[in-house]
Amino acid sequence: MLLSYLPVLLMLGFVTFLAAMAIFVSSLFRPKNPYKQKLSPWECGMEPIGEANAGHFRIHFFIVAILFIVFDVETLFLFPWAVILTDKSIAVFVFIEMIIFIVVLAVGLIYAWVKGALEWV
Amino acid sequence: MERKHPLEETILFTRLEDVANVLRNNPVMNRLKDNVVTKNVVNWGRASSLWPMTFGLACCAIEMIAAACSRYDLDRMGIVFRPSPRQSDVMVVAGTMTKKIAPMVKTLYDQMAEPRWVIAQGGCASAGGPYNTYAVVQGTDLVIPVDVYIPGCPPRPDALLFGFLQLMEKIKREQPFVLEERGIKAG
Repeated sequence: MLLSYLPVLLMLGFVTFLAAMAIFVSSLFRPKNPYKQKLSPWECGMEPIGEANAGHFRIHFFIVAILFIVFDVETLFLFPWAVILTDKSIAVFVFIEMIIFIVVLAVGLIYAWVKGALEWV
Repeated sequence: MERKHPLEETILFTRLEDVANVLRNNPVMNRLKDNVVTKNVVNWGRASSLWPMTFGLACCAIEMIAAACSRYDLDRMGIVFRPSPRQSDVMVVAGTMTKKIAPMVKTLYDQMAEPRWVIAQGGCASAGGPYNTYAVVQGTDLVIPVDVYIPGCPPRPDALLFGFLQLMEKIKREQPFVLEERGIKAG
């Protein structure tokens, strides 16, 4: 029954209310004293260099990480695929499906490669 | 910018910040903040969840780490080390403060949210300790205001624990809304 989950709903509502009230009440009583030094980015007490939200990581880290994630997820898909591959009735179809999937990803990788995304400058 | 009538500003809330300011600063809240019970409850709350900053300068930090670990277990008193000055109430100046690190300590203290307290742990942080040299600041109070001094070289974890307990006693006797009452505002 869906109704048996009512305590969970009540709990969720109560917890949300409690958290919101705790934040609200403490916001009424807290001191408010913003100044330049306090609002400046926290860099372990050092002088902040440049814009904090611009970031000092090279965009290449992002591209390499995304390429890694794509093939990481592909590997995850390979495991259940390998398990059902023992089923002879669908084996050929499933095998060709996976090859197509890998080729699609490989096309993406080759495109990125040709565009020079893998070159470290 | 054109100065609006105060009532108009109050009724036509343009920004969320203005709403918050009116909620914080109105006659009802001011009466509430004058109340002794409110003051005690706020002080009790502040004293019961002191969050020190994870920050060590020298060998006293080892004792501070030991105090946070399982044998002395600061967590049982609500003292949980936080990785950011934005979240912390207490700065434990643990160790020798050299003149090179002093500006960073000052910046970190400035970046902590009020109310904030400082514990000077050990002889070096209290008064320079054995290092009466050109490179060492002769006491944390030359850089930032200190609430509790703990003697020792280094002080044992239970001494740090006692320092925290002393700080709790001190907080319970403080005026919790002193910034609002005195209208203290930094630049």
